[in-house]
Amino acid sequence: MVNTEVNIGGGLKFKNPVSTASGCFGYGYEYDDFIDVGRLGAIFVKGTTGSKREGNPYPRMAETASGMLNSVGLQNKGVDHFIKEIYPRVKDYNTHIIVNVSGSTVDEYVEVTEKLSDLEKIPAIELNISCPNVREGGMVFGTHCPSAMMVTREVRKAWKRSLIVKLSPNVTSIHEFAKAVEGEGADSISLINTLLGMAIDAKTRRPVLATVTGGLSGPAVKPVALRMVWQAYHAVKIPIIGLGGIMNATDAIEFMLAGATAIQLGTANFIDPTVSVKVIEGIEAYCREHGITDVNELTGGMISD
Amino acid sequence: MTKYIRDFIIEDNIRLNTEYFILNIRSEEALPDMYPGQFVEIKVENTDGVFLRRPISIYGIDREKQTINLLIQKAGKGTTKLAQHKQGDKLNIIFPLGNSFTAPERKGKVLLVGGGVGVAPLPFLAEYLVDKGMEVEFLLGFRNSDLLVDLKNFEKYGKVNLSTDNGTAGEKGTVMDNSVLKEELLPFVKVYTCGPNIMMKAVAAFVEARGIECEASLENTMACGIGACLCCIQETIHGNVRVCIEGPVFNTKELIW
Ligand SMILES: Cc1cc2nc3c(=O)[nH]c(=O)nc-3n(C[C@H](O)[C@H](O)[C@H](O)COP(=O)(O)OP(=O)(O)OC[C@H]3O[C@@H](n4cnc5c(N)ncnc54)[C@H](O)[C@@H]3O)c2cc1C
Ligand SMILES: Cc1cc2nc3c(=O)[nH]c(=O)nc-3n(C[C@H](O)[C@H](O)[C@H](O)COP(=O)(O)O)c2cc1C
Ligand code: FES
Repeated sequence: MVNTEVNIGGGLKFKNPVSTASGCFGYGYEYDDFIDVGRLGAIFVKGTTGSKREGNPYPRMAETASGMLNSVGLQNKGVDHFIKEIYPRVKDYNTHIIVNVSGSTVDEYVEVTEKLSDLEKIPAIELNISCPNVREGGMVFGTHCPSAMMVTREVRKAWKRSLIVKLSPNVTSIHEFAKAVEGEGADSISLINTLLGMAIDAKTRRPVLATVTGGLSGPAVKPVALRMVWQAYHAVKIPIIGLGGIMNATDAIEFMLAGATAIQLGTANFIDPTVSVKVIEGIEAYCREHGITDVNELTGGMISD
Repeated sequence: MTKYIRDFIIEDNIRLNTEYFILNIRSEEALPDMYPGQFVEIKVENTDGVFLRRPISIYGIDREKQTINLLIQKAGKGTTKLAQHKQGDKLNIIFPLGNSFTAPERKGKVLLVGGGVGVAPLPFLAEYLVDKGMEVEFLLGFRNSDLLVDLKNFEKYGKVNLSTDNGTAGEKGTVMDNSVLKEELLPFVKVYTCGPNIMMKAVAAFVEARGIECEASLENTMACGIGACLCCIQETIHGNVRVCIEGPVFNTKELIW
């Protein structure tokens, strides 16, 4: 038997290191037909804001070499709708439901956080300071260190359970941001959000996305994400949830070896809606093959001689 | 409606012309219920630059043989790869996806308007409507006579009115120029359309102006096809909705397009 339980900090444990990324797994029930989502370590739901948002105009997606750009923006029906309509549907899943908290102002982040505090079965929030697809707020908080610290500090005051801060890769020194939010009381960090990119259609000479720029995800970003997880691992003591281009168990193991305690699967769910279960099984198989009895041995286990 | 992910086996790949082909694919297990307007998402294997699945409408099904027919146009890298597949090859499919066309409330004549590869969902729709006691008529538009589809597959459900841009088959012009739309309009109780947006908009405007209900099946760029990513939105009177879940079929009155 392999122990697969991992400790995310702030009293939060995942039964295995595999979870699904915000914006890439709906609210979980979109995948009910394909897998038992209760097998997941956790589900991170779509970015949730103070009030309803329509997101960006169409087109919002462009396929790229080994990945995709999106400019969905934070389309969601707002935190009150989440509490009334969605929470009752997802709260009894046999896994953790973690809400990705988003906003344009510190007040909005705090408002969403306070409202979520009343929900017993939300054990953690993931503070999204890194969305590249909203004009104000979003990534601004994630790419300006004092702002990242301020929003983490204010949300920390409003949230007693586990607080995960999701970092933007659109910065020069990821370790500074990791350290900064650790200093403000984050229980763990997740990284990376999407990398800012763009696409042009040479035939029409026009941008492919209505917003011109968008966030790159998928295997194309994996080496960057892996490097950032490794840098963050050497900068902080809190657990790291690694993501960015993970497509299979081997990718997931690489993130753990670089320093991740757990991982999230994002874009991979679009290509194979059953991928998360395959990754859970693949990690266990890897551990058995390598005589590893505790999955935690993988974290930071890269050998550098 | 339950969605499935399954490997299908290609039974046949029929080339119709330089651009269109039909894939006949078979499931080892019984097919679930599927409705006209629904689509599948195909995984295209080992093709440079193709990362996401490709959405393709259901052209027809044979429950007994457990097969689905897909009418596909070579539009780019993914569909060109699909055109090269041979009998016996496997395709991984997520299906059935999206909502479906709805029958009119009262019995009568219905018009199914398709342009180019947009004709794909129409035979399955016609079968369904004939089953419900409707009288079906088609209006199909193609660029020229070299790019026609297998019209017999349409003629078995009802009269086919044909238009080509250059007049090499049927009437010359777009579907909007076809005489079927000129007649003291329209003995039809409902009109259905699928094809290029510009065509569907023109059809919808024309039909709505005459107080007739119209449903359109929209194309859109999709990532997941199952409602999880919010990439495939369409602006409607109810806000931005997902074409892969709330669509692809919409009552045209609800669209802001
Ligand atoms: C619900 C739905 C049902 C569809 N049904 C059918 C069908 O029955 N038969 C069929 O042949 N096609 C159908 N399509 C369109 C089909 O999905 C695209 O043609 C296909 O994805 C193109 O892939 P590709 O790799 O060959 O082209 P790419 O190399 O990706 O692109 C080639 C060109 O096609 C354009 N394109 C790519 N994807 C789309 C898209 N989704 N819609 C419009 N243009 C696109 C690109 O902008 C580019 O100019 C459907 C699309 C949707 C959303
Ligand atoms: C369509 C789409 C929507 C996303 N929405 C959100 C979001 O609402 N909040 C967030 O923090 N990240 C969002 N992300 C980023 C992902 O959670 C993830 O950080 C990123 O895609 C990298 O992981 P991947 O390569 O495994 O997809 C979104 C990504 C995609 C592709
Ligand atoms: S394609 Fe993902 S929600 Fe429609």
